[in-house]
Amino acid sequence: MWKYEKKLQYPINIKNPNPKYAQIIISQYGGPDGELGASMRYLTQRYSMPYDEVKGLLTDIGTEELAHLEMVCAMVYQLTKNLTPEEIKKSGFDKYFVDHTTAVYPVAASGLPWTATYIQAKGDIITDLHEDLAAEQKARTTYDNLLTLIDDPDIREPLKFLRAREIVHYQRFGEALRLSTDKLNSKNFYACNPSFDKNCGK
Amino acid sequence: MRNEREQMMKQIHRIDFAIHELVLFLDTHPRNVKALQLLEEYRNLRCEKIAEYERRFGNYVAVVDDVKPTEPWGWVKGPWPWENKFMMED
Repeated sequence: MWKYEKKLQYPINIKNPNPKYAQIIISQYGGPDGELGASMRYLTQRYSMPYDEVKGLLTDIGTEELAHLEMVCAMVYQLTKNLTPEEIKKSGFDKYFVDHTTAVYPVAASGLPWTATYIQAKGDIITDLHEDLAAEQKARTTYDNLLTLIDDPDIREPLKFLRAREIVHYQRFGEALRLSTDKLNSKNFYACNPSFDKNCGK
Repeated sequence: MRNEREQMMKQIHRIDFAIHELVLFLDTHPRNVKALQLLEEYRNLRCEKIAEYERRFGNYVAVVDDVKPTEPWGWVKGPWPWENKFMMED
Protein backbone atom coordinates (compact mmCIF):
# COMPACT_ATOMS: atom_id res chain seq x y z
CA MET A 1 0.00 0.00 0.00
CA TRP A 2 0.98 3.63 -0.14
CA LYS A 3 0.59 6.75 1.94
CA TYR A 4 0.49 10.24 0.54
CA GLU A 5 3.09 12.71 1.81
CA LYS A 6 1.65 16.20 1.68
CA LYS A 7 4.62 17.90 -0.01
CA LEU A 8 6.46 18.03 -3.32
CA GLN A 9 9.87 16.35 -3.42
CA TYR A 10 11.25 19.68 -4.66
CA PRO A 11 9.26 22.94 -4.41
CA ILE A 12 7.58 24.41 -7.51
CA ASN A 13 6.47 28.04 -7.58
CA ILE A 14 6.23 29.39 -11.11
CA LYS A 15 5.51 33.13 -11.37
CA ASN A 16 4.73 33.35 -15.08
CA PRO A 17 2.19 31.02 -16.72
CA ASN A 18 3.31 29.83 -20.16
CA PRO A 19 1.07 27.38 -22.07
CA LYS A 20 3.77 26.78 -24.69
CA TYR A 21 6.11 25.41 -22.03
CA ALA A 22 3.26 23.44 -20.45
CA GLN A 23 2.75 21.61 -23.74
CA ILE A 24 6.32 20.35 -23.89
CA ILE A 25 6.79 19.68 -20.16
CA ILE A 26 3.65 17.51 -20.11
CA SER A 27 5.64 14.90 -22.07
CA GLN A 28 7.49 14.08 -18.85
CA TYR A 29 4.10 13.16 -17.37
CA GLY A 30 2.40 11.18 -20.14
CA GLY A 31 5.07 10.87 -22.84
CA PRO A 32 7.15 7.85 -23.94
CA ASP A 33 9.94 8.51 -21.42
CA GLY A 34 7.86 10.30 -18.80
CA GLU A 35 7.46 9.80 -15.07
CA LEU A 36 4.11 7.99 -15.24
CA GLY A 37 5.69 5.29 -17.39
CA ALA A 38 8.75 5.20 -15.15
CA SER A 39 6.64 4.58 -12.06
CA MET A 40 4.45 1.94 -13.71
CA ARG A 41 7.49 0.20 -15.23
CA TYR A 42 9.31 -0.28 -11.92
CA LEU A 43 6.27 -1.02 -9.78
CA THR A 44 5.17 -3.61 -12.36
CA GLN A 45 8.55 -5.29 -12.73
CA ARG A 46 8.88 -5.86 -8.96
CA TYR A 47 6.71 -8.98 -8.91
CA SER A 48 8.94 -11.09 -11.12
CA MET A 49 12.21 -9.98 -9.52
CA PRO A 50 14.04 -12.82 -7.79
CA TYR A 51 16.36 -10.84 -5.49
CA ASP A 52 15.35 -8.86 -2.40
CA GLU A 53 17.69 -5.92 -3.06
CA VAL A 54 16.17 -5.41 -6.52
CA LYS A 55 12.60 -5.78 -5.22
CA GLY A 56 13.39 -3.05 -2.69
CA LEU A 57 15.05 -0.79 -5.22
CA LEU A 58 12.19 -1.06 -7.74
CA THR A 59 9.66 -0.33 -4.98
CA ASP A 60 11.56 2.72 -3.72
CA ILE A 61 12.43 4.17 -7.13
CA GLY A 62 8.93 3.40 -8.47
CA THR A 63 7.53 5.32 -5.49
CA GLU A 64 9.89 8.25 -6.07
CA GLU A 65 8.71 8.39 -9.70
CA LEU A 66 5.16 8.98 -8.42
CA ALA A 67 6.55 12.02 -6.62
CA HIS A 68 8.16 13.10 -9.90
CA LEU A 69 4.99 12.85 -11.93
CA GLU A 70 3.36 14.97 -9.22
CA MET A 71 6.10 17.59 -9.74
CA VAL A 72 5.64 17.55 -13.53
CA CYS A 73 1.86 17.87 -13.11
CA ALA A 74 2.35 20.77 -10.68
CA MET A 75 4.47 22.54 -13.31
CA VAL A 76 1.84 22.01 -16.03
CA TYR A 77 -0.92 23.10 -13.62
CA GLN A 78 0.87 26.32 -12.67
CA LEU A 79 1.90 27.10 -16.26
CA THR A 80 -1.72 26.98 -17.43
CA LYS A 81 -3.28 29.05 -14.62
CA ASN A 82 -5.34 32.17 -15.41
CA LEU A 83 -5.04 31.97 -19.20
CA THR A 84 -7.18 34.11 -21.49
CA PRO A 85 -8.81 32.60 -24.62
CA GLU A 86 -6.47 34.85 -26.62
CA GLU A 87 -3.34 33.36 -24.95
CA ILE A 88 -4.71 29.85 -25.44
CA LYS A 89 -5.18 30.40 -29.18
CA LYS A 90 -1.89 32.21 -29.73
CA SER A 91 0.25 29.60 -27.92
CA GLY A 92 -1.19 26.58 -29.73
CA PHE A 93 -2.58 25.29 -26.41
CA ASP A 94 -6.04 25.30 -28.04
CA LYS A 95 -5.59 21.75 -29.39
CA TYR A 96 -5.14 20.42 -25.85
CA PHE A 97 -7.68 22.81 -24.32
CA VAL A 98 -10.53 21.61 -26.53
CA ASP A 99 -10.33 18.08 -25.05
CA HIS A 100 -9.11 18.73 -21.49
CA THR A 101 -9.66 22.44 -20.69
CA THR A 102 -6.86 23.03 -18.14
CA ALA A 103 -6.99 19.59 -16.51
CA VAL A 104 -3.65 17.75 -16.39
CA TYR A 105 -4.08 14.70 -18.63
CA PRO A 106 -1.24 12.25 -19.40
CA VAL A 107 -0.20 12.93 -22.99
CA ALA A 108 3.08 13.31 -24.86
CA ALA A 109 4.12 16.69 -26.26
CA SER A 110 2.78 15.47 -29.61
CA GLY A 111 -0.69 14.97 -28.03
CA LEU A 112 -0.59 11.15 -27.98
CA PRO A 113 -2.18 9.82 -24.77
CA TRP A 114 -0.12 7.69 -22.38
CA THR A 115 -0.05 4.00 -23.20
CA ALA A 116 1.35 0.88 -21.51
CA THR A 117 3.28 0.23 -24.74
CA TYR A 118 5.80 2.78 -23.42
CA ILE A 119 6.91 0.27 -20.78
CA GLN A 120 8.00 -3.35 -20.61
CA ALA A 121 8.05 -6.06 -17.97
CA LYS A 122 9.78 -9.01 -19.60
CA GLY A 123 10.12 -11.33 -16.61
CA ASP A 124 13.87 -11.68 -17.10
CA ILE A 125 16.07 -9.87 -14.62
CA ILE A 126 18.83 -8.87 -17.07
CA THR A 127 16.36 -7.70 -19.72
CA ASP A 128 14.25 -5.74 -17.24
CA LEU A 129 17.20 -4.01 -15.61
CA HIS A 130 18.54 -3.00 -19.03
CA GLU A 131 15.12 -1.59 -19.86
CA ASP A 132 15.33 0.42 -16.62
CA LEU A 133 18.86 1.69 -17.33
CA ALA A 134 17.78 2.78 -20.83
CA ALA A 135 14.62 4.40 -19.45
CA GLU A 136 16.62 6.54 -17.04
CA GLN A 137 18.89 7.75 -19.85
CA LYS A 138 15.94 8.47 -22.16
CA ALA A 139 14.30 10.53 -19.42
CA ARG A 140 17.61 12.33 -18.80
CA THR A 141 17.83 13.26 -22.51
CA THR A 142 14.24 14.52 -22.43
CA TYR A 143 15.08 16.78 -19.46
CA ASP A 144 18.19 17.97 -21.34
CA ASN A 145 15.97 18.83 -24.33
CA LEU A 146 13.51 20.70 -22.10
CA LEU A 147 16.42 22.63 -20.57
CA THR A 148 17.57 23.57 -24.08
CA LEU A 149 14.15 25.07 -24.83
CA ILE A 150 13.23 26.71 -21.50
CA ASP A 151 14.92 29.78 -19.98
CA ASP A 152 12.64 30.59 -17.00
CA PRO A 153 14.63 29.80 -13.80
CA ASP A 154 11.40 28.97 -11.89
CA ILE A 155 11.00 26.03 -14.30
CA ARG A 156 14.67 25.20 -14.87
CA GLU A 157 15.50 24.54 -11.20
CA PRO A 158 12.95 21.73 -10.69
CA LEU A 159 13.82 20.34 -14.16
CA LYS A 160 17.50 20.25 -13.15
CA PHE A 161 16.57 18.44 -9.95
CA LEU A 162 14.57 15.84 -11.89
CA ARG A 163 17.39 15.41 -14.41
CA ALA A 164 19.84 14.71 -11.57
CA ARG A 165 17.50 12.06 -10.16
CA GLU A 166 17.62 10.16 -13.47
CA ILE A 167 21.38 9.93 -13.12
CA VAL A 168 21.19 8.68 -9.51
CA HIS A 169 18.60 6.06 -10.49
CA TYR A 170 20.79 4.95 -13.40
CA GLN A 171 23.66 4.46 -10.96
CA ARG A 172 21.49 2.42 -8.55
CA PHE A 173 20.09 0.25 -11.38
CA GLY A 174 23.65 -0.36 -12.57
CA GLU A 175 24.51 -1.61 -9.10
CA ALA A 176 21.39 -3.79 -9.08
CA LEU A 177 22.49 -5.32 -12.39
CA ARG A 178 25.98 -6.03 -11.04
CA LEU A 179 24.57 -7.46 -7.85
CA SER A 180 22.30 -9.74 -9.92
CA THR A 181 24.97 -10.97 -12.32
CA ASP A 182 27.23 -11.68 -9.32
CA LYS A 183 24.71 -14.32 -8.30
CA LEU A 184 24.75 -15.92 -11.78
CA ASN A 185 27.18 -18.06 -13.74
CA SER A 186 30.01 -15.68 -14.65
CA LYS A 187 30.75 -17.67 -17.84
CA ASN A 188 27.18 -17.32 -19.10
CA PHE A 189 24.71 -14.96 -17.40
CA TYR A 190 22.02 -16.21 -19.77
CA ALA A 191 22.39 -19.93 -18.98
CA CYS A 192 19.15 -19.60 -17.03
CA ASN A 193 16.65 -16.91 -15.98
CA PRO A 194 16.49 -16.50 -12.20
CA SER A 195 13.16 -14.69 -12.55
CA PHE A 196 11.67 -17.97 -13.83
CA ASP A 197 13.95 -21.00 -13.37
CA LYS A 198 13.81 -22.10 -9.72
CA ASN A 199 17.32 -23.57 -9.57
CA CYS A 200 19.04 -20.76 -11.45
CA GLY A 201 22.10 -19.41 -9.68
CA LYS A 202 21.91 -22.04 -6.95
CA MET B 1 6.65 34.01 11.56
CA ARG B 2 5.20 32.47 8.40
CA ASN B 3 8.58 32.72 6.74
CA GLU B 4 10.34 31.06 9.69
CA ARG B 5 7.80 28.27 9.65
CA GLU B 6 8.37 27.73 5.93
CA GLN B 7 12.13 27.74 6.44
CA MET B 8 11.87 25.05 9.11
CA MET B 9 9.56 23.00 6.96
CA LYS B 10 12.11 23.27 4.15
CA GLN B 11 14.86 22.08 6.51
CA ILE B 12 12.82 18.99 7.39
CA HIS B 13 12.12 18.33 3.70
CA ARG B 14 15.86 18.50 3.00
CA ILE B 15 16.46 15.91 5.72
CA ASP B 16 13.69 13.74 4.20
CA PHE B 17 15.54 13.90 0.89
CA ALA B 18 18.85 12.87 2.46
CA ILE B 19 17.07 9.92 4.12
CA HIS B 20 15.52 8.91 0.80
CA GLU B 21 18.91 9.02 -0.94
CA LEU B 22 20.42 6.83 1.79
CA VAL B 23 17.53 4.37 1.46
CA LEU B 24 18.17 3.92 -2.28
CA PHE B 25 21.90 3.54 -1.64
CA LEU B 26 21.29 0.96 1.09
CA ASP B 27 18.98 -1.05 -1.20
CA THR B 28 22.03 -1.92 -3.31
CA HIS B 29 24.62 -1.70 -0.46
CA PRO B 30 22.77 -3.34 2.47
CA ARG B 31 25.95 -3.82 4.53
CA ASN B 32 27.47 -0.37 4.10
CA VAL B 33 28.22 0.69 7.67
CA LYS B 34 28.89 4.33 6.83
CA ALA B 35 25.53 4.72 5.07
CA LEU B 36 23.76 3.01 7.99
CA GLN B 37 25.42 5.39 10.45
CA LEU B 38 24.47 8.39 8.32
CA LEU B 39 20.88 7.16 8.15
CA GLU B 40 20.82 6.91 11.94
CA GLU B 41 22.12 10.50 12.20
CA TYR B 42 19.55 11.87 9.76
CA ARG B 43 16.71 9.99 11.44
CA ASN B 44 17.66 11.52 14.80
CA LEU B 45 18.06 14.96 13.24
CA ARG B 46 14.60 14.63 11.68
CA CYS B 47 13.05 13.79 15.07
CA GLU B 48 14.80 16.79 16.68
CA LYS B 49 13.68 19.18 13.95
CA ILE B 50 10.09 17.97 14.06
CA ALA B 51 10.03 18.33 17.86
CA GLU B 52 11.37 21.89 17.50
CA TYR B 53 8.83 22.66 14.76
CA GLU B 54 5.97 21.39 16.93
CA ARG B 55 7.13 23.44 19.93
CA ARG B 56 7.13 26.59 17.84
CA PHE B 57 4.39 26.16 15.26
CA GLY B 58 2.16 23.23 16.27
CA ASN B 59 1.28 19.96 14.55
CA TYR B 60 3.78 18.86 11.85
CA VAL B 61 2.00 16.95 9.11
CA ALA B 62 3.83 14.64 6.71
CA VAL B 63 1.23 11.89 6.22
CA VAL B 64 -2.45 11.76 7.19
CA ASP B 65 -1.65 9.77 10.36
CA ASP B 66 0.06 12.88 11.76
CA VAL B 67 -3.15 14.91 11.75
CA LYS B 68 -4.72 15.25 15.19
CA PRO B 69 -8.48 14.52 15.36
CA THR B 70 -9.63 18.03 16.20
CA GLU B 71 -12.37 20.08 14.58
CA PRO B 72 -12.22 21.08 11.81
CA TRP B 73 -10.44 18.11 10.19
CA GLY B 74 -7.02 19.60 9.34
CA TRP B 75 -5.83 17.25 6.57
CA VAL B 76 -7.91 18.99 3.91
CA LYS B 77 -6.61 22.45 4.72
CA GLY B 78 -4.77 23.99 1.76
CA PRO B 79 -2.57 24.93 0.13
CA TRP B 80 -2.06 21.49 -1.43
CA PRO B 81 1.50 20.77 -2.61
CA TRP B 82 0.95 21.57 -6.29
CA GLU B 83 -0.56 24.98 -5.54
CA ASN B 84 1.56 28.00 -6.29
CA LYS B 85 2.82 30.19 -3.46
CA PHE B 86 2.89 33.28 -5.70
CA MET B 87 -0.60 32.81 -7.07
CA MET B 88 -2.05 32.02 -3.62
CA GLU B 89 -1.06 35.49 -2.47
CA ASP B 90 -2.97 37.19 -5.32
